[in-house]
Amino acid sequence: MSLATHLPALQVVLPLLSAPLAVLLRHGGVAFVLVTAGAWAAFATAIGLWLQVGQLEQGAFISYPIGSWAPPWGIEYRVDRLTSLVLLLVSGMAALVLTASRASVEREIPRESHYLFYAMFGLCLAGLLGITITADAFNVFVFLEISSLSSYVLIALGRDRRALAAAYRYLIMGTIGATFIVIGIGFLYLMTGTLNLADMAARIGAIESSRPVLAALAFLTVGISLKLALFPLHQWLPNAYTYAPSVVTAFLAATATKVSVYVLIRFYFSVFGESLVFDKLPLPQIMLWLSLFAMFAASFTAIFQDNLKRLFAYSSVGQMGYITLGLSFDSVNGLAASIVHLFNHGIAKGALFLLIGGLVLGIAKPGSAPPTPSFDRLAGLAKRMPLTCLGIVIAGLSLIGVPGTAGFISKWYLILAALESGQPWLVGAVLLSSLLAIAYLWRFVEVAYLRSPAPGHEAGTEAPHSLLIPAWLLVAGTIWFGLDTSLSLGSALEAAGSLVRSGR
Amino acid sequence: MIEHFSYIVTVFLMIAGLYIVIARGNLIKKLVGLSIFQTSVYLLYLAPGKLLGGTAPILAPAYGVYSNPLPHVLILTAIVVGVATLALGLALAVRIREVYGTIEEDEILALDHRIEEAEEQGEERRA
Repeated sequence: MSLATHLPALQVVLPLLSAPLAVLLRHGGVAFVLVTAGAWAAFATAIGLWLQVGQLEQGAFISYPIGSWAPPWGIEYRVDRLTSLVLLLVSGMAALVLTASRASVEREIPRESHYLFYAMFGLCLAGLLGITITADAFNVFVFLEISSLSSYVLIALGRDRRALAAAYRYLIMGTIGATFIVIGIGFLYLMTGTLNLADMAARIGAIESSRPVLAALAFLTVGISLKLALFPLHQWLPNAYTYAPSVVTAFLAATATKVSVYVLIRFYFSVFGESLVFDKLPLPQIMLWLSLFAMFAASFTAIFQDNLKRLFAYSSVGQMGYITLGLSFDSVNGLAASIVHLFNHGIAKGALFLLIGGLVLGIAKPGSAPPTPSFDRLAGLAKRMPLTCLGIVIAGLSLIGVPGTAGFISKWYLILAALESGQPWLVGAVLLSSLLAIAYLWRFVEVAYLRSPAPGHEAGTEAPHSLLIPAWLLVAGTIWFGLDTSLSLGSALEAAGSLVRSGR
Repeated sequence: MIEHFSYIVTVFLMIAGLYIVIARGNLIKKLVGLSIFQTSVYLLYLAPGKLLGGTAPILAPAYGVYSNPLPHVLILTAIVVGVATLALGLALAVRIREVYGTIEEDEILALDHRIEEAEEQGEERRA
């Protein structure tokens, strides 16, 4: 067997190995190089898998038996078009965020715990990649806990003491969510006698109306919704994103909730099947209304935030609403809108939070702790940090969905799906909620570009190049994927086509 | 009733644990509740895996009936996860006690609220 056949295993193993090595070597700089190299290697692996999947016919997948134990007895890793896209997003974001992290981590985290920080980052990445690639239900739970436990630690490393309270709260809600997921998986295992997702799907058809299967669906839906911060289960998210170190926010906002959406799509479309989820139960209606609440309530709350990080954290909850809204249509265009928005929003939010990390660095006084990015400190900043501010505005335009940015593509398909499903009033809802995004982005534009700095807050220099270049690559990505959609939308449509029954 | 005994215990532990997590404001008590909640899942997996009169899965003519070993392996992993979660939660509680001086959730919220008000007043004074 050549190396190419082992790419699915390497995808998880490479970043997983970087973490203990970083701990053993006990040196911040070495740990940074190791874990960043691990993330780039994972990205290269993800590209390799992407090319391999591209050679297969539509709907086909790569199956990799761990330890050569044939599925369904052994653990199987499975890569299809959707998996491959999410792997690309997660490993690519990790590679870019880690490359940009050095300057920000230097200021925000005590020097003696740098190596532990990078070790935790490597574990979190390995966990997220593992959730995505595995085709074994219990393995999903194990990787979920690996990524969750390390992200609680990463959030608790924030300098503000409220980071500790936020991490504790996330730990409680995250563990309840994960336990709900494992209860759901337990019911499915008891009923089907298998843990392999494909095997489970084949056996579930005959017993899909039985009560344990319905209970499993309920437990899994609530558990995964907690992890993906579906309104109103999002309470852990704003504080966690606000008080975590800047690079952690950038990484988690771009990947963690997106991977949870992926898990939800897997269970709904590949395991339970649409006839149970969408025909027999009122789940799509519930999903639709919760998504609408998220789009409006969270975006509306975002407008009134004084802390820029918290503003975009609420915006994340609102944007998750678009993703779950697309899911609820149960159509090719709807699911494609979800998948493509998961990708586009990940890139835009990663860029935004990285650049906010740059802002925090820029306005920090030498020798003192980095301040919170509240609006009064940002006044007139565009003159002194033009590149950082312009990047935030462009990534923000993608959140609104301005034509020419990636966000437009997702919203366009969302609107198409709404019209197809015969609910034209949803088009109005999508447009109206985009107006709210304009309002919160405008607050930043007004303060940074039009106001003059308050006395005592004139300091501020452009963020270091090591942070600006990766962040601007992501900003360029939001434009690129708005113009050339063959990668993002092409694969989203292909994945949706093979997942949704009407597309097959 | 008696044949559903293990399920009744499971559901009781599940609800009791979840109730403690939600209803108690003390950070340590919340973690106790969380552990009970997680423990109920161990039982959910393990109890149906046991067959009365079943042995370990040994391939020998003397043994005909054996219990499924897989749930035990799964729950071993879940126990490790549970221990790690509890350890991390306790570590966070210790750090919270150090910086806030309390482990009562309402007092922590009140302290945070006070910081936020102070921040806002500081901004008004500057403006």
